[in-house]
Amino acid sequence: MLTAIEKKAIDHEIELVPYRKASVIEALKIVQQHRGWISDESVEEIAAYLEISPAEVDSVATFYNLIFRKPVGRHIILLCDSISCYVMGYRLLHKALEEKLHIRMGQTTDDNRFTLLPNVCLGCCDHAPALMIDKDLYRDIEPALLDDILKKYA
Amino acid sequence: MPTIYIDNKPFDVKTGKNLLEACLSLGLDLPYFCWHPAMGSIGACRQCAVKVFKDEEDTRGRIVMSCMEGVKDGLRVSINDETAKAFRSQVVEWLMTNHPHDCPVCDEGGSCHLQDMTVMTGHNYRRYEFKKRTYTNQYLGPLINHEMNRCIQCYRCVRFYKDYAGGKDLNVFSAHNHVYFGREKEGILQSPYSGNLAEVCPTGVFTDKTLKEHYTRKWDLTNAPSVCQHCSLGCNVIAGERYGQLRNIVNRYNGEVNGYFLCDKGRFGYEFVNSENRITQPLIRNQTIEATTHDKLIQHVGKLVSGHTLIGIGSPRASLESNYALLELVGKENFYQGIPDDLAYVEQKIVDVLQSGAIHTPSLKEIEQADAVLILGEDIWNTASVMALAVRQSVMKTAANHTTEQIPLPSWHDMAIKELVQETKGFLANMTVLPSQLDEIAATSMRAAPDDLARLGFAIAHILNPSLPEVPDAGEMINTQATIISKALQQAKHPVIITGTSCWSNALIRAAFDIAAALNGGLAFVLPECNSLGLAMMRAPSFDKAAAHVQQTTNTTAIILENDLYRCIPAIEADAFFSRCKNIIVLDTLHNRTTERAHVLIPAATFAEADGTFVNNEARAQRSSQVFMPANKVIRESFKWLSDIKALQTTAGNGHERHPDDLLLALENRFPQFAGINKVAPPHNFRIHGARIPRESHRYSGRTAITANMAVSEPKPLQDDDSSLSYTMEGYRGLPPAPLIPFFWSPGWNSGQSVNKYQQEVGGMLKGGDPGIRLFEQTTTLPTFYRDVPEAFVPRPDRWMLLPQYHLFGSGELSVYTAGIASLSSGPYISLSKQDAERSHVKDGDMVSVKTDGKTYTFPLSIQESLPDGIVLLPAGLRGMDALSWGSWVNISTEIV
Amino acid sequence: MERPLTSNIYPDRPPLNLKEYEKAGGYIALRKACSGMSPAALQKLVQDSNLKGRGGAGFNTGIKWSLVPMGDEAPHPKYLIANADEMEPGTFKDRVLLEGNPHQLIEGMILAAYAIQADIAYVFLRWAYHEAAALLRKSIQEAYDAGYLGKDILGSGFHLDMHLHTGVGRYMCGEETALLNALEGKRATPRAKPPFPQVSGLFGKPTIVNNVETLCCIPHIVNNGADWFKGLSYSEDGGTKLYGVSGKVKKPGAWELPMGITMRELIEEHAGGMKSGFQLKGVLPGGASTDFLTVQHLDIKLDYKSVAAAGSRLGTGTMIVMDDGTCPVGFVHNLQHFFAQESCGWCTPCREGLPWVEKILLAMEKGEGRKEDLELLQMHTQLLGPGNTFCALAPGAMEPLQSALKYFRDDFEKHIDHKKCPYD
Repeated sequence: MLTAIEKKAIDHEIELVPYRKASVIEALKIVQQHRGWISDESVEEIAAYLEISPAEVDSVATFYNLIFRKPVGRHIILLCDSISCYVMGYRLLHKALEEKLHIRMGQTTDDNRFTLLPNVCLGCCDHAPALMIDKDLYRDIEPALLDDILKKYA
Repeated sequence: MPTIYIDNKPFDVKTGKNLLEACLSLGLDLPYFCWHPAMGSIGACRQCAVKVFKDEEDTRGRIVMSCMEGVKDGLRVSINDETAKAFRSQVVEWLMTNHPHDCPVCDEGGSCHLQDMTVMTGHNYRRYEFKKRTYTNQYLGPLINHEMNRCIQCYRCVRFYKDYAGGKDLNVFSAHNHVYFGREKEGILQSPYSGNLAEVCPTGVFTDKTLKEHYTRKWDLTNAPSVCQHCSLGCNVIAGERYGQLRNIVNRYNGEVNGYFLCDKGRFGYEFVNSENRITQPLIRNQTIEATTHDKLIQHVGKLVSGHTLIGIGSPRASLESNYALLELVGKENFYQGIPDDLAYVEQKIVDVLQSGAIHTPSLKEIEQADAVLILGEDIWNTASVMALAVRQSVMKTAANHTTEQIPLPSWHDMAIKELVQETKGFLANMTVLPSQLDEIAATSMRAAPDDLARLGFAIAHILNPSLPEVPDAGEMINTQATIISKALQQAKHPVIITGTSCWSNALIRAAFDIAAALNGGLAFVLPECNSLGLAMMRAPSFDKAAAHVQQTTNTTAIILENDLYRCIPAIEADAFFSRCKNIIVLDTLHNRTTERAHVLIPAATFAEADGTFVNNEARAQRSSQVFMPANKVIRESFKWLSDIKALQTTAGNGHERHPDDLLLALENRFPQFAGINKVAPPHNFRIHGARIPRESHRYSGRTAITANMAVSEPKPLQDDDSSLSYTMEGYRGLPPAPLIPFFWSPGWNSGQSVNKYQQEVGGMLKGGDPGIRLFEQTTTLPTFYRDVPEAFVPRPDRWMLLPQYHLFGSGELSVYTAGIASLSSGPYISLSKQDAERSHVKDGDMVSVKTDGKTYTFPLSIQESLPDGIVLLPAGLRGMDALSWGSWVNISTEIV
Repeated sequence: MERPLTSNIYPDRPPLNLKEYEKAGGYIALRKACSGMSPAALQKLVQDSNLKGRGGAGFNTGIKWSLVPMGDEAPHPKYLIANADEMEPGTFKDRVLLEGNPHQLIEGMILAAYAIQADIAYVFLRWAYHEAAALLRKSIQEAYDAGYLGKDILGSGFHLDMHLHTGVGRYMCGEETALLNALEGKRATPRAKPPFPQVSGLFGKPTIVNNVETLCCIPHIVNNGADWFKGLSYSEDGGTKLYGVSGKVKKPGAWELPMGITMRELIEEHAGGMKSGFQLKGVLPGGASTDFLTVQHLDIKLDYKSVAAAGSRLGTGTMIVMDDGTCPVGFVHNLQHFFAQESCGWCTPCREGLPWVEKILLAMEKGEGRKEDLELLQMHTQLLGPGNTFCALAPGAMEPLQSALKYFRDDFEKHIDHKKCPYD
């Protein structure tokens, strides 16, 4: 069941669009914000609330890479793998992160602390390489700086 | 008419078409995947690339997708341009990078659009050397198989299933080269049109699961043009046989009837032909050895026929030929329709209306093109599935037409139209006893008892033509609805009213007529069976009259034609009837409760083993041709058995009718309402350049060995005396007359897409005209309005009106022999309205009893929220369910058993 | 040198709030428009200024607006959308404007909406710009509170509502028709054109989608006139431009400069030249989907026409510098990986062609390339061209590849001949 808070937020989005189902992306964002990811149950709940089929919700949900259809860790590391960061040392950063966290791209640490995901250009190419943890952007990152950054996230 | 230049040759083409349609209509070969004549263009696959040039001077040109380019006068196009050719070939190479190349084990092999297009583009050798992407397949239910690795991402499946047919549980997931077409979770596809996926999919992602059980390549099938047996719409189908088994049903395009699509009941409901329950042996019961031979049987029947009062019970599911042969045998005055009086009365009303010439009855194509639809009382979702699909198209197309009046867009530009139209819908009023999925696209819906629906109808008619009587005490709901609906119907240019027999209410027919006549709009009827209208047109009395007849005699010999009376007559009445008959002769295809009562049982041929003519709901007579001759020689067409019996009565050589042609001619001569019916198909002696039309493809394999288990020498091909189709590979290879198209094939076009080559223009009528003869057309006759408004429905204390609920899967007598359809069938239940259930203190699942027709039926309660109070519903026609006195008032016992 | 777009942006200070923005001349343009300027006059003014769309395509903004149906018969609601889905690799210019001066964008949007008589405006913001999202939310509210948004704006009788929509990924959303689908809650696949969004856009209604930088120019054009705007430029394209440089240069960054400065000036003066030890090998002048330019092109003017004449596109005007220590094959592989991932999956050439190209390049990097792979790559650059695909994504992807094959062919050949990456 969608919570009252989730419903209220979705209701607000529904008011802004000409028909209910047009708010599906907003609904996915809202539910993900509260639950961390979108489970099959979440898909069904959103579908029921927007009066569309789960298939229709999932068709949209699986299209967008920042809607997570699998459980993720408490913190999400989005590592920019686009061209400026590539030129400026993305590969070393990638290697360092995988070694430190003992996971590969797309995986979650055993302690459920981090999920490591590739991301397209974060739009700070003048400070490449960059990564984002949750909503925090880190720029001009060298592998040596990683420990200090990661320890901020419990 | 614009002239376009294709590779420097001028061609006149039709305005408003896209270049791909134009090229295909001209007979040119141009490959495509995502475009579909019924679904339009989306420009996704990029397969139909051609080059267009600005003018004669332009030598460079530019690549365009022909499906996305409208034709305009002077347009210069090249199909043969080397760059365009290279690109088209490259598109196939791209599509093939991940395709598994598993043609030898793929069900689509040999009828595969992807194979055809691959060959057409000239792509031969793959250069892609990397690993292929693979997917996990899903279980999609008993009817459709899923093999995602073959997918070429043309989006046709989801566009058909979701956009065209309104299905909700199939979609596209993920992005880039991971796009996946399927369900969000494994499970049974919920759309009753899912079988069309097997035809719209250009390769083997979605295939017919029933075919898998007895798989045969398209080229190895013996095919014939046939007509669906499972409802009154008469969808055209192609039935294919091998080794004496019916192997599959595919769509047979008929521009006026089913177009490109069938429902799943029609596509998959063919397994009864192969059933172990078939009657395979003539039987004379109460003899030491009951099994007998043809000659002994005829001899025996001869004795039962002569010197007895003879009556014949006809059948709404038997062909006109067989019904007429029975009528001839027993005499017109002794021939009865095998349906109850109430239903016969409703059907008679329909025949009266059609025969009067006062209104036009639309084809399914015309329903698609209607711009406002009122459904009055008929549950077409369950009783006329493909009509529901046509109504959906009307709703969608009307919205598109309205919107594109403001912002002109070509009708083929599917994507742009959808973006412009958004959620706007055309007008549909779904006024029925029970909700259906059509309510989702309806502008207005109402649930009421049949008489109240009829009152609504009369109220609408009154608004449209104030000289018609006002409905007394109509009430607010009826008045409001009548105002909305009459306004929408008045504004429409092509309004259509749909009604039918499933409520067993002739008030509905009368009300629908008065609306249609007041509007001069179309009036479409739905009837129960594939030849209900044909039988009704013979204007024979009902079963009740036959029952009365046998009451007066003691030496009746009754001949019952392909009709399980227990499915339409309450058992108590059927039993009484049989007990009065001295001799009971039954002709049928499958054992049932009626055949159990037979003293003489005669094995009849199914539609697949017989030629026959059926009259659909629009009074379109259509020929269904024999697909195969049963190896078992005692299984014969009913009309042949009946003719043999008849021959006993006449002197030898006194030309009794044996060919369908002769029977139809005799029918037409006897009953003027059938005038013209003998033109339904070319006669049996029709030949083209002296040649017959082969039922088998020229690639048919194993002819010399197919019966080697019996004899090593190649048998003589079977001789078909009844039609101009042959049981060989040889014969005329050009286009046959439309009613005789045994399968669609054209050089380079092995898949069903070859239908393009059989049409006057793609998506248009078949060359020579769409098959079927419409027996009634609107004349200048002025309508005689009925004006007889029924009383309002008033629930009675402790009594309920018993009405049938039909189920697409389950209510059909024959289709449930397909295991997959049986598994999707509902179990028995009793439905009450929410209020009635509350008042009776019962809840969902409680066992409830209905007492009717001398029996008590106890089933679990299934509450129908919006069912009007005072009505009890039982599922009609489920296997094992008795026929009940629909429309009667019954007692209900809610004591928990 | 005038820098109208960035003159109120200071890297070390928070952006101007409403009061400060007004003090610096903000919303004067809106007042001007609302006091008697007709929508048609505003359209004409912008058309005359020769402002070209800063999202990359470079189409005259005023002309784009002029295709919107106007008058009493026009369908409503009409929509104005700011495309702030900046996701082109190597591009970070809109971020500067979004985070530096959100009211400038909002004012530009209100003006643009006024010009087309839109009823509803959206900022379509990429998800990763969290700071910009917070600022925009606050600033939109400030604008509502001040009467710049909502009903009867500044007594003009013009109404406009503005909403912020943040995306959930996918580069495709930057394509204006795919963006519309995303705003409708659908998969962000592109739409066919025609019909153009001006006629059938968001929810089937007339819609204009403009880039953030484009919209930010509008208040200044209204304040100072078309001729002033044209005069800012060194070339025939009007205005200033936010140029950016990333890669191994001494001072990567973004600067507002007159349209048409030379590439040499941008790299050597503003970006401080190459880091020591590195030589410039190639430049993508306007984001990942533009053709390489090389040392020989350093003196070309960075305007739409001149860059096109040199065989590339100005694109977003934010350039990525490839140094001599970076393997061109790896570089292009990174780009192709990006494009293959971000293909929406709608049309065949893009969906199937890009992953093939990506795999070939990866194989080359691993020393598994074959001679015939060069032909396959070349073939893709030809067959994934404009018109062959449904939208511009794959043709854009082919631009760096085709130019890399032209300028750095020996690098590709070395990978094949030596069966390894010579830069490893």
